[in-house]
Amino acid sequence: MSVLQVQDLTVDFAQRRGPKFRAVDHVSFELVAGETLALVGESGSGKSTIARALARLLRPTGGELLLHGRPVGHRGRKLRDYRREVQMVFQDPFASLNPAYTVGHHLRRPLRIYGHPRKGLEEVVEALLTSVNMVPATSFVSKFPHELSGGQRQRVAIARALATQPGVILADEPVSMLDVSIRLEILNLLDGLKRDRDLALLYITHDLATARYFSTQIMVMYRGEIVERGPADSVILRPAHPYTQLLEASVPGERTPHRLDELAPVRGAGGTNVILAAERAEATAATGCRFRRRCPHAMDVCSTHPVEQDLGDGHLVRCWLHDPKVREKSGDRAAPQQSAPSGA
Amino acid sequence: MTTTAIAPAAGATEPRPGRGLSARLHGAAGALRRSPRMLVGLIILLFFVLLAVFGPLFIHNPNALGTEVLGRPSAKYWLGTTQEGQNVLYQVIAATGPTLEVGFVAGGISTVLSLLIGVGGAFIGGISDEALNLFTNVILVIPVMPLVIVISAYVQAKSLLPTIIIIAFTGWAGTARVLRALALSMRSRDYILAARVSGERPWRIVVVELLPNMTAFIVSGFIFTVIFAILTQAGLAFLGLGNTNLLSWGNMLYWAQADQALTSGAWWWFAPPGLCIALLGTGLSLVNFGLDEVLNPRLRSVRPVGGRTKARRQAAGSP
Repeated sequence: MSVLQVQDLTVDFAQRRGPKFRAVDHVSFELVAGETLALVGESGSGKSTIARALARLLRPTGGELLLHGRPVGHRGRKLRDYRREVQMVFQDPFASLNPAYTVGHHLRRPLRIYGHPRKGLEEVVEALLTSVNMVPATSFVSKFPHELSGGQRQRVAIARALATQPGVILADEPVSMLDVSIRLEILNLLDGLKRDRDLALLYITHDLATARYFSTQIMVMYRGEIVERGPADSVILRPAHPYTQLLEASVPGERTPHRLDELAPVRGAGGTNVILAAERAEATAATGCRFRRRCPHAMDVCSTHPVEQDLGDGHLVRCWLHDPKVREKSGDRAAPQQSAPSGA
Repeated sequence: MTTTAIAPAAGATEPRPGRGLSARLHGAAGALRRSPRMLVGLIILLFFVLLAVFGPLFIHNPNALGTEVLGRPSAKYWLGTTQEGQNVLYQVIAATGPTLEVGFVAGGISTVLSLLIGVGGAFIGGISDEALNLFTNVILVIPVMPLVIVISAYVQAKSLLPTIIIIAFTGWAGTARVLRALALSMRSRDYILAARVSGERPWRIVVVELLPNMTAFIVSGFIFTVIFAILTQAGLAFLGLGNTNLLSWGNMLYWAQADQALTSGAWWWFAPPGLCIALLGTGLSLVNFGLDEVLNPRLRSVRPVGGRTKARRQAAGSP
């Protein structure tokens, strides 16, 4: 059941010089209760901007949010109702808790804001701490953030998000600032809470492995656009978009499907590094496929904006390589979809 | 000095987190141990506050005229007498209260103003912030002393209140700028955003979530304005603006000047109030420097002894 529908979300940022910067470009998706949607992509691709727009921390330029099928208000009572339903866990647990206040304060405030009476407040606070495995809860209530470890802080942040009994949790790289040893613990905690409380989880990450492991669906974002989406296994095992393949290839490991130099001609004419040069030229690729400057398969048609192609099973990709007409013309040789050894 | 405090505020000096009461006191004691300047400053400040509160209990009418005119300091008159035979010591003590009152009340009002305009503007954002910031900058570049002189000349003062208000309304701009910059950097901190996501109301975010983390800077700005207020009041009084019959150190200087104490060499008349102003200013500045040290470890004059010698040895050992 879809809890939060995002339709054509667009976010522009004003720039001091030049035109507005489009951080998120007509992105649509939906968050389903009891499911995790992973949003992966490089830094600056607009992942966090989406989370912030959904958390109503910035006002989108365009698009619509539907909570349980109803449009979402921008202010007053309606905004409060929305906030109660959609909560966020921030990336950096060292910054997301106020150093001046105790753990108890952080959990009591959201409860009080939504009208929980003073009576019985402490019991609820302790129950929240217990639900994120901070036991014995009483010993943590009066602790200050600086007395806790990174993992414990993130647990408190999760407990705070749970305090309003939301239906949606936006987790913006919830483990990237934590020690590797406790990442899995926190992710398992989130996963368990999602199942117990039937939460719709948006999991923003860099990490393809955890994205596959913890999520039902994966969306790959590049420069403000969703370039590929689909069931987690399908996207990871059979990446269709050259950018997803690049991401995939960048993960070190035995099962790395292809070598980087196989994927992209690193040296271009005159010995220039194509990838680096492309990254520098990036900002100019405003029309057409945004990845084409870095894409090893770039063709003439890429200067026009690609449309999403359905590869079946809900696996969508925004790339001309998978357009039937283009494939016909190029004799089907370019399509890199099946390049992964485990591919169909 | 408040401007130097802002630079590291961006990231390095997360305000010291609060703890329980006993731990807070312990933290304060630790801060004092780390900063002898702050300790000395606080002692000076305490001395003047005690003098202002309890001094008047031990003296007679400071304006009573005596027979000994322009007497040198003696056993009877510790700090000598004035042209009218008034006891200078009594006058200095009686003037402490009003001087402190001007400083702290004006400092308080202007700190509140700078909070409202600086932090308020930073949080509202948009056009109102631009307007408030422009207003702050205008006040900042207007030469304050001539402005204050002009206003004081117009206002017929019976008490110290007009002087206090004039000083308060001209002295807030510097602090407002500092606090605005600080608030701008803090409003995008995650814990402020988290409070917004929780549905916290804006005024509560400012008062409850933000201000406690700015305390040190607010106190520092307050002290800065207190110094400014005391010096400005002294300057105004010396020029004979405001009610010259009220006792303050500045007014003592005015009368000393008016009665040619400087030309007749009656140093005991003008030196004590002048030195008191200087000493109080020093004390307040030391407290401010001390705050700065506590906030910004790089400014600490005393480093751990072991660490220092070790570092030196290493430096000597590896050319």
